[in-house]
Amino acid sequence: MNRADLAAMAQREQDRQDAFRCRVLCCASTPCLSSGGTAVREAIEKAIKDGDLDADVQVVSTGCMGPCSRGPVVTLKMRGAEDVVYEQVTPEAATRIIQEHVAKNEPVKEFVFPNDAPFFAKQHKVVLANSGQIDPESLEDYVARGGYTALAHVLREMKPDEVCESITRSGLRGRGGAGYPTGIKWDLVRKSQSDKKYVVANGDEGDPGAYMDRSLMESDPHRILEGMAIAGYAVGAEQGFIYVRGEYPVAAKRLERAIRAAERRGLLGSRMVDSQFNFRIDIRIGAGAFVCGEETALMASIMGKRGQPVPRPPYPSQSGLWGKPTLINNVETFGSIAPIILNKAEWFAAIGTDKSKGTKIFALAGDVNTTGLIEVPMGITLREIVYDIGGGIPDDRAFKAVQTGGPSGGCIPAQYLDTPVDYESLRALGSIVGSGGLIIMDERSCMVDVAKFFLDFCADESCGKCAPCRVGTVQIYKLLDKITRGAATLADLETLRELCVMVQETSLCGLGQNAPNPVVSTLRYFYDEYEAHIRKHKCAAGVCALNEKPMSPAVVAPPRPKRKVARLDELEAV
Amino acid sequence: MAVVTLTINDELVSAQEGQTLLSVLREHGIQLPTLCHLDGLSERGGCRLCLVEIAGNNKLQPACVTPAVEGLVVRTHSDRLVKYRKMILELLFSERNHVCAVCVMNGNCELQWEAAKVGMDHVRYDYLNPSLPVDASHERFTLDHNRCILCTRCVRVCDEIEGAHVWDLMGRGANSMMIADLNRPWGESQSCTSCGKCVQVCPTGALAQRGSSVAEMEKQHDFLRWILDGREKNVWEYTDAKSN
Repeated sequence: MNRADLAAMAQREQDRQDAFRCRVLCCASTPCLSSGGTAVREAIEKAIKDGDLDADVQVVSTGCMGPCSRGPVVTLKMRGAEDVVYEQVTPEAATRIIQEHVAKNEPVKEFVFPNDAPFFAKQHKVVLANSGQIDPESLEDYVARGGYTALAHVLREMKPDEVCESITRSGLRGRGGAGYPTGIKWDLVRKSQSDKKYVVANGDEGDPGAYMDRSLMESDPHRILEGMAIAGYAVGAEQGFIYVRGEYPVAAKRLERAIRAAERRGLLGSRMVDSQFNFRIDIRIGAGAFVCGEETALMASIMGKRGQPVPRPPYPSQSGLWGKPTLINNVETFGSIAPIILNKAEWFAAIGTDKSKGTKIFALAGDVNTTGLIEVPMGITLREIVYDIGGGIPDDRAFKAVQTGGPSGGCIPAQYLDTPVDYESLRALGSIVGSGGLIIMDERSCMVDVAKFFLDFCADESCGKCAPCRVGTVQIYKLLDKITRGAATLADLETLRELCVMVQETSLCGLGQNAPNPVVSTLRYFYDEYEAHIRKHKCAAGVCALNEKPMSPAVVAPPRPKRKVARLDELEAV
Repeated sequence: MAVVTLTINDELVSAQEGQTLLSVLREHGIQLPTLCHLDGLSERGGCRLCLVEIAGNNKLQPACVTPAVEGLVVRTHSDRLVKYRKMILELLFSERNHVCAVCVMNGNCELQWEAAKVGMDHVRYDYLNPSLPVDASHERFTLDHNRCILCTRCVRVCDEIEGAHVWDLMGRGANSMMIADLNRPWGESQSCTSCGKCVQVCPTGALAQRGSSVAEMEKQHDFLRWILDGREKNVWEYTDAKSN
């Protein structure tokens, strides 16, 4: 397939879609399916059949549309009219939508989620542009929206170093959490001398409350493949691996189908898009270890070894899979590549802040009215995310804190709500952007309990290779548990703080180095709460049981008076 | 091989390029505690006791896997490092049931030595007191999980030197356990050659000779050097380690 074939394929698919008077897009991603999406789709199909609308109405199952807590979501695309999004659609509502809106063009107002609501208006969709708009299992649908043209352009018009340079100019930084400049990483791998190189996409997302990567893989798999192929061309690799978390079988299935479809059409594989370049992509499925999201553990897992990290350096760009230079990026990073190539680096660099460019996908979760998946320009404030996009806290309760970056991140209290969301600002507050989980907490959350939850997770997910993480996380958890039981003393708080810093500084990989972050940041912003638990036996949020007493009678042992002990030479002098 | 110059604790030191920092330090008489490292086996970097400070690097680096490169400025015994080593040893002692008084390795145990050397005289953390089994199914050796510190020396010696790969790890985190074959009693293992290498390299009383009583077990590591010298350099002279 060459560029002309690609354009023809896009045109054919566009014509086919334009032939329908109305297209009904049903969200078939996990949150919508779990709230009854299948029944809604069946009701829609039945209503269409009953209304004899088969000929000019098409029903499409798409990926995630965003407002997950308001699912099942259905989008109606009427010819010559703006898209209408329906929320919380029941099978009865679906039947009405078809009978009234599709047949008679009278929108069912009570189910409409307005397009100008801040949830949509404040977003800027770059990576998620196709999510919820296309059928993820259809290559044609992706191509009709400009898919694979960036790859064709790169293979034909650009040299590998130009691609790396273009990505560098765009200012794209790694979306997996650390924010390493993507272009520089690509250039490092490109310059490494080796007969073989590899490209790896990290889809082993595991933070509690985060599902950006899953959604992207499920909703727009071809975008990731295209980004990986461009990366392969730029760094000189002929083999790519997508490492998909074992808990994401749908994502793995859709990626597998996408790879086969692209290979059949000559968009992947040998001499792809009529060029001299070959690139194969294989899927590797994880077995449920959180630590395999760490790059060295992930590569060990791909090579069939026990998923445990190894010390860096050497970095994967020098010695990765089977000792060869390996480029490893998050799937969201690969998802950003095609738009950067198509719209030029300057366009991407114009979005976001000075040091953090472009857009970032966040999974909004917790105590907020609309939870779901959002893509926002870097530099947006937390207040805009929580109150505009998320629609505020339910029942007008008070906002308490937001946990960013999952168990490796930290919490940000209310006084910093106007902080712009970018790599540097969040780091300055002791948190990280991370992979993109945002957990909103209101006044009913106890921060000691929150820290305990994350430490329980980290202790459970520690791989056990290095001693500080393996035992340290368990001990930190036990200390937190002691505080929530009411059995702790102020001395325990000091032990806790010291232990956290030690685990951060001595652990082998990112998991251990960041595991104490939730404790450190809650100690920083909510020290009063820790103190209240210990001194007053009080949990303001009423979460902790506090039904035990410390072992020692005095909560605070008075410091022993220091006795001056004369040194030997002093005694002799006397 | 090129010679490089590094600064260790404010003193200039020369080393072979690519040599690990740990071996350079040992050559110059600077003692660092180690538990997972053993001369002759591959490095693991897991016990974190040999962490050192390197100027210009905000992360502590394990000396056992850090190569010596020109101009490296290293500090090995800062207050912070000494404190962390002590804390890591406290964590190791709190993890399983290390009761020295009733251990076959009492007096000869590397964990005990290192703790004594850094002055760790008590443990500030709660003992986790896990309930762990003892595998005494092998006719010559015993495996006591209560004493295991998961350094994986036995895994590496069995895989790299003996070539049998009887041992490996099961589970993760604090639930990790040494297993023989695919988790069967050691005595029933079909791959075990009963060579005893794992027992000799084990730093604690986790692996011991069957029938030994408190403080009776002593371990010899020199066989490793002997095998490796023979294999790599074709030197088959067994020199007594003590006269070295």
